[in-house]
Amino acid sequence: MRDKAVEKGIYFMNGDHACCEGAIAAGCRFFAGYPITPATEVAERMSIRLPQVGGIYIQMEDEIASMAAILGASWGGVKAMTSTSGPGFSLMMENIGLGVCTETPCVICNVQRAGPSTGLPTNVAQGDMMQARWGSHGHYEIIALSPSSPQEMFDMTILAFNLSEEYRIPVLIMADEVVGHMNERVVIPDIEEIEIVNRAKPHAPPEGYLPYRPGPNGVPILPNCGDGYRIHVTGLTHDERGYPVMTADAQAQMVEHLVNKIVLNREKIIKTTSFYLDDAEVVVISYGITFRSARSAVEQIREAGVRAGLLKLDTVWPFPEELVRSLARNVKALVVAEINLGQMVREVERCAAGRCRVHLVPHHGGAVIRPERIIEGIRAALKRKRNR
Amino acid sequence: MSIVQNFEVFVPKLIEKREFFSPGHRACQGCGEVVALRLVLKALGENAIISNATGCMEIISSAYPHTAWMHPYIHVAFENTAAVASGVEAALKALRRKGKISDRYVKSVGVAGDGGTADIGLQALSGAVERGHDMIFVCLDNEAYMNTGIQRSSQTPFMASTTTSPAGKVIPGQRTEKKNMPEIMVAHRALYVATACPSYPIDLINKVKKAKNTAGPSYLHILSVCPTGWRSPSNETMKLGRLAVETGIFPLYEVEKGKYRITWEVGKRRPVEDYLKIQGRFRHLTPEHIKQIQEKVDREYELLLNKVKYSKSWA
Repeated sequence: MRDKAVEKGIYFMNGDHACCEGAIAAGCRFFAGYPITPATEVAERMSIRLPQVGGIYIQMEDEIASMAAILGASWGGVKAMTSTSGPGFSLMMENIGLGVCTETPCVICNVQRAGPSTGLPTNVAQGDMMQARWGSHGHYEIIALSPSSPQEMFDMTILAFNLSEEYRIPVLIMADEVVGHMNERVVIPDIEEIEIVNRAKPHAPPEGYLPYRPGPNGVPILPNCGDGYRIHVTGLTHDERGYPVMTADAQAQMVEHLVNKIVLNREKIIKTTSFYLDDAEVVVISYGITFRSARSAVEQIREAGVRAGLLKLDTVWPFPEELVRSLARNVKALVVAEINLGQMVREVERCAAGRCRVHLVPHHGGAVIRPERIIEGIRAALKRKRNR
Repeated sequence: MSIVQNFEVFVPKLIEKREFFSPGHRACQGCGEVVALRLVLKALGENAIISNATGCMEIISSAYPHTAWMHPYIHVAFENTAAVASGVEAALKALRRKGKISDRYVKSVGVAGDGGTADIGLQALSGAVERGHDMIFVCLDNEAYMNTGIQRSSQTPFMASTTTSPAGKVIPGQRTEKKNMPEIMVAHRALYVATACPSYPIDLINKVKKAKNTAGPSYLHILSVCPTGWRSPSNETMKLGRLAVETGIFPLYEVEKGKYRITWEVGKRRPVEDYLKIQGRFRHLTPEHIKQIQEKVDREYELLLNKVKYSKSWA
């Protein structure tokens, strides 16, 4: 079975399929999903690939059930994931919150399409970025990644599983329709070259063991169901024993813990890729498929003599606040390109705090942003006198 | 011998001449579902408000300039057809009661595919029927998620190959049996429940009319042949529908207040192989598999005959 999990080689495959291969390479052996354009290909390939490696694919009756099933599977002891798009992502929200609250490792791939509601099922958008951050009720932290190519779909799915296992949290892969459906070269490396993180298991004796006590990195060391420990998993506010405690103090302690395990580890979690930041007077900030347009725009405008830099957000949540703050001190303008009418730009504005101009290159969704529009954006940002 | 020939009561004079679903939509060649929908709307007449789930019928019919609907039409999300139709019905009732609209009787009708009925839509449907709204829910069952590209649903038959229940060397396609939706609806005490197939248009139209005249929740489960998803020749849609009925795989019956009645007697049933062999989704089946399916169909048919024999109206 092991040899079929990582089929080393160079492939021409689409992002959805690359996501499956990344998941299986990362050790995912359970997938629960529901067909939805443009994420259906993930489910389809999983239904073929998982049985080949001794895993289980089940198609659920909806996305609520899909998300709930992977939480159950994760507590059962396997690495689990689901995939969906806009409307399904909305349906998953309550259970994503349950996953955060119960500290359940799992991965959700959202191949974004244009909304709201049914929107444009077959066309691209990046409109779910704030929903990824704040979609479930209550205050919490989340990890979200943004791949910009099929190769990154493979790599980031592995990364997503590693982060979810390490920090015991649902990790979101915020892909989009173009990345999901685009066919490109994907290199699947040798199994030995892939770094895999598995959740820590408790070794303490079951007597007096506190499952939800934070471990050395702030993350609790939890058993799987059936490991011989008494374990009570609940979405109610709970203490270190895992039992519900209905007080404001317990709430404060639990929420602090859920937030801190991500915030205090953010330097280890956050990944960005930067280009030409050293001499830049203007920096384009982008993520996902829009990074591809932004890169082309920055290359072109540099040839024209404008000192432009580029920051790609591999991790969108938690947001790289320190980095953007320091950029804002050193450049004239930050240009944010994204396929929505301004979501991540709010974070950039918050971090820039008026220290430099922030210019948005928006798109309503349905198509990618063309490099020319980003070039225009860069020029406009440099010309503009006042902050918006 | 042609399959379509032995109509007993073909009375075209009684059928509504007007069309409520215009041509020019984008359904696939040989689509059985759109035929079913057209007949349903003919039978409903003009006094109806349609709530339609996301699915094939929404995609092919609603995009401008291919809009085919003559009725007031609400495209809802995937899981909420019955809930929206409940709201429509309740609003009409309230407005009529207050005298704000004319006393014309307008039926609220939910239309969904098998996924929008039996999977993601089941919770909303269960609630709507339990609350007893005066509405019709029509399930156009083409036995998989055809709109997203042929993924299995809970209505996909045993051993059919789909893109998420692919037939391989070890697993011969779908591993579960078709969920019995009409029975679930009978268990909810829906006043009128019926199965239908557009290959039997008069039977279908009569059932829709009956449902329309039922003051309370009624449910129609319509088998809709899908040449694209079933991998069958598009010119044999009507024949496949007939074969589904004649083999006993999809018997035509109705349940009025709990009393079962077969509406189309088939006499001696054909072997299921006749139905399976012209469909690509069953191409991988061995004679042993076909025998298994035959046994299941025999068992189910016998259960149905027992219900016909022993069920009693609760009215």
